[in-house]
Amino acid sequence: MSMLARAPRPRPQFRLRLAAKLEEIKENRVSYVFLAPYGIFFILFTVLPVIIAIGLSFTHYNMLQRPTWVAWQNYLRLFLADDVFLIAVKNTFIFAIITGPLSYLLCLFFAWMINELHPKVRAFLTLLFYAPSISGNLYLMWTILFSPDSYGYVNGFLLYWGIIDSPIQFLTDPRWMMPLVIVVVLWMSLGTSFLVFIAGLQGIDQTLYEAGAVDGVKNRIQELYYITLPSMRPQLMFGAIMSITQSFAAAGQIIPLVGFPSTDYAAHTVVAHLLDYGNIRFEMGYASAIAVVLFITMIAAQRIVQRILSRLGD
Amino acid sequence: MQIRQKRLTRSAGGDFVIFFVLFLGAAFSALPLVFAISNAFKPLNELFLFPPQFFVRNPTFDNFRDLFVLMGESWVPISRYLFNTVFITVAGTGGHVLMASMAAYVLAKHRFPGRDVFFAMVVLSLMFAYQVTAIPNYLTMSALGWLDTYAAIIVPAWSSSLGLFLMKQFMEQINDSLIEAARIDGASEFHIFWRVVMPNVKPAWLTLIILSFQSLWNETGGRFIYSEELKTLPYALNQIIQGGVARAGVGAAVGVIMMIVPIAVFVLNQSKVVQTMGAAGINK
Repeated sequence: MSMLARAPRPRPQFRLRLAAKLEEIKENRVSYVFLAPYGIFFILFTVLPVIIAIGLSFTHYNMLQRPTWVAWQNYLRLFLADDVFLIAVKNTFIFAIITGPLSYLLCLFFAWMINELHPKVRAFLTLLFYAPSISGNLYLMWTILFSPDSYGYVNGFLLYWGIIDSPIQFLTDPRWMMPLVIVVVLWMSLGTSFLVFIAGLQGIDQTLYEAGAVDGVKNRIQELYYITLPSMRPQLMFGAIMSITQSFAAAGQIIPLVGFPSTDYAAHTVVAHLLDYGNIRFEMGYASAIAVVLFITMIAAQRIVQRILSRLGD
Repeated sequence: MQIRQKRLTRSAGGDFVIFFVLFLGAAFSALPLVFAISNAFKPLNELFLFPPQFFVRNPTFDNFRDLFVLMGESWVPISRYLFNTVFITVAGTGGHVLMASMAAYVLAKHRFPGRDVFFAMVVLSLMFAYQVTAIPNYLTMSALGWLDTYAAIIVPAWSSSLGLFLMKQFMEQINDSLIEAARIDGASEFHIFWRVVMPNVKPAWLTLIILSFQSLWNETGGRFIYSEELKTLPYALNQIIQGGVARAGVGAAVGVIMMIVPIAVFVLNQSKVVQTMGAAGINK
């Protein structure tokens, strides 16, 4: 706007602004002292790694020799020459599109359903739904339930009742793998978002509901849509972020369930592909390119969902 | 219940549907937990019955006894694994709560250049999975010479972004006049932080303790720790489970032991955690 007006004497103004900024920073030095311990480690272990990953993704690097610049070669190889990566992308999308929204809705609906119960009952059910997400590697109990021989409990019951006559290879048969993994991940998905929604529902002003009833809100579905959801939009936004991140990161839990690599790569995800090249083959440049693709995909997914949620109830 | 009777918008049919769905959900959620507890108390012959029995009939402590025998046989004494896990959990959690609270205080209550950019980066970091930064972090640890030391696990835990986010959102609810009053009385910023702000955000630091505890308690050391004497309890217990199908009962006992601690910690502080989460909204 004021480019033209500023043009004749840019230097003094720039210097003045810089001096003012430095003065401001100096005045607030106590704030920086408070921020520093956390800030230094946050930058070192979260911000810098993203920048390093982007840089390394344009190199060939095996940890023994110095990285060599290869420009876009890693990305070209990923999308044009790596069939397994394309399978991983497909699986990741299927997985994220199913578990992301479903886990989000499960968190929201169970939080909503227990909201009006007696506080003691509510606390008990909160614990019951939340427990799977904090119970460490207890999810491996599912592998015993779905074990592929007659000692597997599900197979045992199905055989005993005569529904099947030979055990189903639940965790190695490509047709069964993905559905089962999705069930297990959904089982442990009522985590932080669930607690945030419970808190959000508790914080809604009760008089809004009384006013709503007077204004002609007839049933609880209308109440949910016109009063409850718009009142807890900040929590819904935050819950969405946590659910999306979780649905992409959950690949860490898939690997112990279906083995690595899974049969025909039927449950191979981008995260599994990243671990393959980063931890096993030590192709750090190539693995970094996978990490950058994952990063961009996740941020894009977050932006799209936020845009949808911000229109809620308008 | 009072609220229910006041509401005009409730139907009996709706109540029934809600209770039915809640019952199904709760049963599904509890299934593996109950199964693990039941299996942990099963004698060997009940673990391999056909047709299988879901519930234990003759409960026994055999599996727990076997677990202690197996732990006694390990090359590094089990107390060492336990010490490692407790040390990592305490040091990681303590540092995280202190550093995140200090940073959250200035992000919530001070104005200074760079504040909004920094917080935007913290929110952005909640949006991607930790796997994105795994490789550079490994290289950083290697460059710092922290591979195969406690620091590789503890120091990154200090800068967890969810904890800072929750604490900052919660601190914003504190009334500014409280801080102003202390400032007029001549209190230093550190005094204000420690004596005025921290006592008012007790639910939030309990929540940070719990979240940090949960992740560190289950830490296996993964790629960062090689030395057997620095490995953690979950690592040692996983090794025992991997003894194969004959360890099914012991495996369940391990699962139960590892699950009890975080669940107990959560139960004791549940209302505080939910209170903190209430502040965790994002306005856009």
